[in-house]
Amino acid sequence: MAEKNGRREAGARQMTGAEMVVQALIDNGVTDIFGYPGGAVLPIYDEIFQQETVRHILVRHEQGAGHMAEGYARSTGRCGVMLVTSGPGATNAVTPLQDALMDSIPLVCIAGQVPTSVIGSDAFQECDTVGVTRPCTKHNWLVRHVDELSEVMHEAFRIATTGRPGPVLVDIPKDIQFATGTYIPPSAARRRTSYQPATRSRADTVREAIELLRNAKKPVIYSGGGVINSGLEASHLLREFVQITDFPITSTLMGLGAYPASGERWLGMLGMHGTYEANMAMHDCDVMLCVGARFDDRITGRLDAFSPHSRKIHVDIDPSSINKIVHVDVPIIGDCGHVLEDMVRLWRAGSADKSRLKPWLEQIDSWKARNCLAYTPNDDVIMPQYAIQRLYELTKDRKTFITTEVGQHQMWAAQFYGFEEPNRWMTSGGLGTMGYGLPAAVGVAAAHPDALVVDIAGDASVQMTMQEISTAIQYDLPVKIFILNNHYMGMVRQWQQLLHGNRLSHSYSEALPDFVKMAEAFGATGIHCAKPDDLDDAITQMIETPGPVIFDCEVANLANCFPMIPSGKAHNEMLLPDEASDDAVSKAIDREGAQLV
Amino acid sequence: MNVKLQPPASAYFITKETESAERRTLSVLVDNEPGVLARVIGLFSGRGYNIESLTVSETEHEKHLSRITIVTSGPPHVLEQIRHQLERIVPVHRVVDLNLTALSKGHDKPIERELALVKVAGTGEKRVEALRLCEAFRGTVIDANTEHFIFEITGRVSKIEQFIAIMAPLGLIEVCRTGVVALSRGAEGMLE
Ligand SMILES: Cc1ncc(C[n+]2csc(CCOP(=O)(O)OP(=O)(O)O)c2C)c(N)n1
Ligand SMILES: [Mg+2]
Repeated sequence: MAEKNGRREAGARQMTGAEMVVQALIDNGVTDIFGYPGGAVLPIYDEIFQQETVRHILVRHEQGAGHMAEGYARSTGRCGVMLVTSGPGATNAVTPLQDALMDSIPLVCIAGQVPTSVIGSDAFQECDTVGVTRPCTKHNWLVRHVDELSEVMHEAFRIATTGRPGPVLVDIPKDIQFATGTYIPPSAARRRTSYQPATRSRADTVREAIELLRNAKKPVIYSGGGVINSGLEASHLLREFVQITDFPITSTLMGLGAYPASGERWLGMLGMHGTYEANMAMHDCDVMLCVGARFDDRITGRLDAFSPHSRKIHVDIDPSSINKIVHVDVPIIGDCGHVLEDMVRLWRAGSADKSRLKPWLEQIDSWKARNCLAYTPNDDVIMPQYAIQRLYELTKDRKTFITTEVGQHQMWAAQFYGFEEPNRWMTSGGLGTMGYGLPAAVGVAAAHPDALVVDIAGDASVQMTMQEISTAIQYDLPVKIFILNNHYMGMVRQWQQLLHGNRLSHSYSEALPDFVKMAEAFGATGIHCAKPDDLDDAITQMIETPGPVIFDCEVANLANCFPMIPSGKAHNEMLLPDEASDDAVSKAIDREGAQLV
Repeated sequence: MNVKLQPPASAYFITKETESAERRTLSVLVDNEPGVLARVIGLFSGRGYNIESLTVSETEHEKHLSRITIVTSGPPHVLEQIRHQLERIVPVHRVVDLNLTALSKGHDKPIERELALVKVAGTGEKRVEALRLCEAFRGTVIDANTEHFIFEITGRVSKIEQFIAIMAPLGLIEVCRTGVVALSRGAEGMLE
């Protein structure tokens, strides 16, 4: 018998398919899963009932299960697991699967299916689950025989967690859950040879990159979620590399926390709502080191004007990311952690004259002096930026995890909350899924019972998966839902102001619920705050209240999120808050740009 | 809306394509398992790539390996993406751009063949002419009665196209084509 994760692995033996599912979870080190029962998974639920190694958290909607598993995965670096029934259970899982695909989150979804004999007959709760989820998973399987099941399960975990991580789905017909067959433990399982993710990069490309960087006069590092996915060591190496090179560093939304916001060379986030200094540095640099990021369109702005004078180095574990959007000069295929390790070693082996960076760092300081995140403070209403700043100040000395929904509040959170550590920030970057943050927070809290977990939410987004508060109550997971309530789908309104002649079509949040009463109805605590002077006390109360809290923070309704690179514009054409007069805003996106958003 | 502008596509920042499209033949070695063809085709439709021709059959029964031959076209950077995206598919073992292989060996193209079954009906002069042309194209008659022929014809795509065009006025009823199969010249296989 082999040892795995400190637990003794079962040898090959006979058991039912449902037993195999649970055994495979145990053997792959799973301790928590998120799920919702139904006819096609009842045999698996029966097995879950009869054991105590794997905790099952019952959600209120399968989408919630998926985002919880994502939050769990992102905050621990482990694989998230969700369990759903056939038909509607599986279709409800589609949004989190696509979300995990876009953000490279390891996630295993186990789905029940109608019995093999009725597949294709439009049976009750039948759905072509592998067909529906094929484009939104890294891989999926319909299990056709019980003797395949255990190996498929182990392969599912391997594929979800290795290479570029992502979601996988295993569809298991009900008759296969009942059937008896041979369980093969992970150590004896066959692995398919067609799947061989890259890990180590070619030494010559790393050397070439280091040579470029050594001679750079205006270098910039642009890091992304890949560094976080690679594990803690990658973040440490990134910090070390910045420290030994003195290079300025920016990051994507997904990469926040890999380099600390308090770090000396931190430029802030880049991209559409990134800082002036980060975007200007990207635009003007002579050598760009992109590590674990993918030149997303929210990052690059207008492509033909993207960083026009730089040589580009791109480190990515996925060869298809290279040259997909932007042509790069030095592609390095490999795990960020390994590549950074090589880079640190090679850099230390040579020498570089740090004084050559002086003019560039001074230039950056002058950009920083523009103070691009400035906003006009207000004594009467809470400015949303101020709310995030206060939340940060009052939570920064604790072990705090932040999740978000999607909208202006998400961007303010990214701009104003200082992330010092990796894996502390969970947000839906690629798919931009409203309704992600609340269940993701529940998943984070399930993994980190002693931590403070705050979902920075919007009044509209939070209503998409609100019911998961009930899950948080049931499992005593003390999530804090901090709603920046502006009575608008603020981000939609901001675009309508920019693009559509200020015609605010269906972006006003009419008939909002009373969030405090809603909290109370669920058995949570509700807090309402509308005055800047009361904010600190109210936030402290939120932190100190045990159990889930919904905090209705009424903020300035019409605040907009700046800086902003309007669609169709380049990095050096960003709109800064002081320039965002009504007139400038209305002219910011020309007709051609308006087609592009 | 200004109709002269490009309509918004899937990408948000539309840049005009400046490189011209090239035609390529890809050989893709995959595990022959349920859904594998759907994964390949779904990749092309989902990402907006072209498929001009696609053929598939199991080629190594013991190892359950199939070889898919895809003829596609696009600008070079898209062709590179297609290859990498295919390689990401879990049951895909190997993707070879046969045109690049041919160029690297000093040939201008890989060996490509297609087979077509062509049904022609008619009598008298036209019937005689059809049969004569079939012989000229080195086709064979695989079914016939006094009113029709089915010709089997093999060759490069251009030859098939030409034959079909010639048959059109001679009583062409219907055509069925296999799509392109291809190998690279020389002694080496695709895995070498
Ligand atoms: C599921 C989903 N539907 C629609 C959108 C489009 N969308 C993006 S932001 C937004 C408004 C969000 O409003 P709110 O949660 O109140 O956040 P705010 O921008 O006001 O901070 C909408 C509708 C989305 N991102 N996700
Ligand atoms: Mg809002």
